[in-house]
Amino acid sequence: MTRRTVNPSQIDPVSSPARRRWLAAGAALGGTALAGCTTMASGPSIGRVVVVGGGFGGATAARYLKMWGGNVDVTLVERNAQFVSCPISNLVVGGYRQIGDVTRGYDGLKALGVKVVQGDVVAIDAAAKKLRLASGTELAWDRLVLSPGIGFMTNEVGGLQGALDAGRVVHAWQAGAQTVALRNQLTAMRDGGVVAISIPKVPYRCPPGPYERACMIASYLKTAKPKSKLLVLDANPEVQSKKALFEKAFADHYKGILEYRPNAELKEVSGGVAKLEFEDVKADVLNVVPPQRAADLARTAGVVNINNRWAGVDWLTMESTAVKGVHVLGDATFPAPTMPKSGHMANQHAKLAAAAIIQLLKGEPVNATPVVMNTCYSFVTQRDVIHVASVHQYDAADKTVKPVPGSGGVSVAANQIEGRYALSWAENIWADMLAL
Amino acid sequence: MIHTVRHGALAALACAGLLASTQASAQSAQDATLARNLAATCANCHGTNGQARGDMKPLAGMSADKLLALLADYRSGAQPATIMHQIVKGYTEPQLKLIAGYFAAQKPKQ
Repeated sequence: MTRRTVNPSQIDPVSSPARRRWLAAGAALGGTALAGCTTMASGPSIGRVVVVGGGFGGATAARYLKMWGGNVDVTLVERNAQFVSCPISNLVVGGYRQIGDVTRGYDGLKALGVKVVQGDVVAIDAAAKKLRLASGTELAWDRLVLSPGIGFMTNEVGGLQGALDAGRVVHAWQAGAQTVALRNQLTAMRDGGVVAISIPKVPYRCPPGPYERACMIASYLKTAKPKSKLLVLDANPEVQSKKALFEKAFADHYKGILEYRPNAELKEVSGGVAKLEFEDVKADVLNVVPPQRAADLARTAGVVNINNRWAGVDWLTMESTAVKGVHVLGDATFPAPTMPKSGHMANQHAKLAAAAIIQLLKGEPVNATPVVMNTCYSFVTQRDVIHVASVHQYDAADKTVKPVPGSGGVSVAANQIEGRYALSWAENIWADMLAL
Repeated sequence: MIHTVRHGALAALACAGLLASTQASAQSAQDATLARNLAATCANCHGTNGQARGDMKPLAGMSADKLLALLADYRSGAQPATIMHQIVKGYTEPQLKLIAGYFAAQKPKQ
């Protein structure tokens, strides 16, 4: 029996045409057609899970809930029609890939039976276990998964919000139109121009990301606009990830073009001028990675409970420590020790959560010994790549996941083999999350 | 009386056997879920259920002995690697055995 029990209380207008088609097909072909689909989930639904956010965390959660849970009703709410990957998008900024190369669709998830709803969540009622979209549609859940990503604390930099709104400054820290805008500003700039990147204090999404971007922009300038300069204005006292490897890349490949300045926190943006504590930097292209916190949706849900910025979670389930029945994934979470905010890690959070949610819906004990791991590749030239990797095991005494001593590490040196692995990593993780 | 006791003892033995087998089966179901969860931590690079794309090594259908030997060589350094020598050290031997068993049971990608 493949037909799922229809719960009349389930408000689900989007998938109902699809369901009608299923029912119609079953009626037309008779019982044998239904009996033939034994690989599909059978029996009554064990529960309804709504996942909000179709990035590395949310899409993976939707995929694995279906793959492992079978007859779980899974609805994925995502604002955008397509997924655009932040990882590899620095190659688009450098001109070595097109935005289409880092864009993928949600058809694979739909084919698995995930109801994909394009929309914006405007209200979340955790007590009543339902949420409302801007369209007015309401969705009810037994378990809610939030993978909302980051929000920008633009009020910490004077003039930044206005400059972003006007398009004078781009962040390009959420991939898509912003990535393309940054690329276009670089190609439009005269040879001899100045590009500046502002890096916020940690924690922010993708610790090595700004330094990879610096390499990609410098690589473009070196070939296309060699009289130009790139200023890397870092609010932190030093490079925050793969330090020695990035410093070597800066020196080996981009000497005379790239200038790295530590302790250079951006205070204000005015026109094309980046105002630091003791000096003003005039830039033709100003790329500001703003200070970050969990996306506003996390606040809407009431799960932001650490430093007024991040969502605390139970590392056995990814359930919010503030709101029962709501699981939070990815960059919005307050991380465990040394855990990076990365797409790879969000994918791992999602699998941990999917396994736990299925067991919670079935009334079974959850895995008491979860493991998550991270791999992050960064391009330092068009082809040369460096990595950082870590493995984190659950520590029952401290109720958190901790890096395993002696494991993990970085590349010995930048190399082209890892350049190929980086691109393969992207293809594999995109396929893993989106069921491509 | 003796007969009754023996009968009871037999029944208790049978019960114990049944209980042990139920516990074993519950344990094996738990192990299967744990193996699945652990193997999923590899999927980001090696593909969902080990069905890798591109330049990554496919793990689906690889014999458990072969994979465990390879992992041991990464750990010892006998097999040079860019990254696996660092990752393998994050897992315990029982975890690696569960992972290897899981991938051995997966169908290779067509």
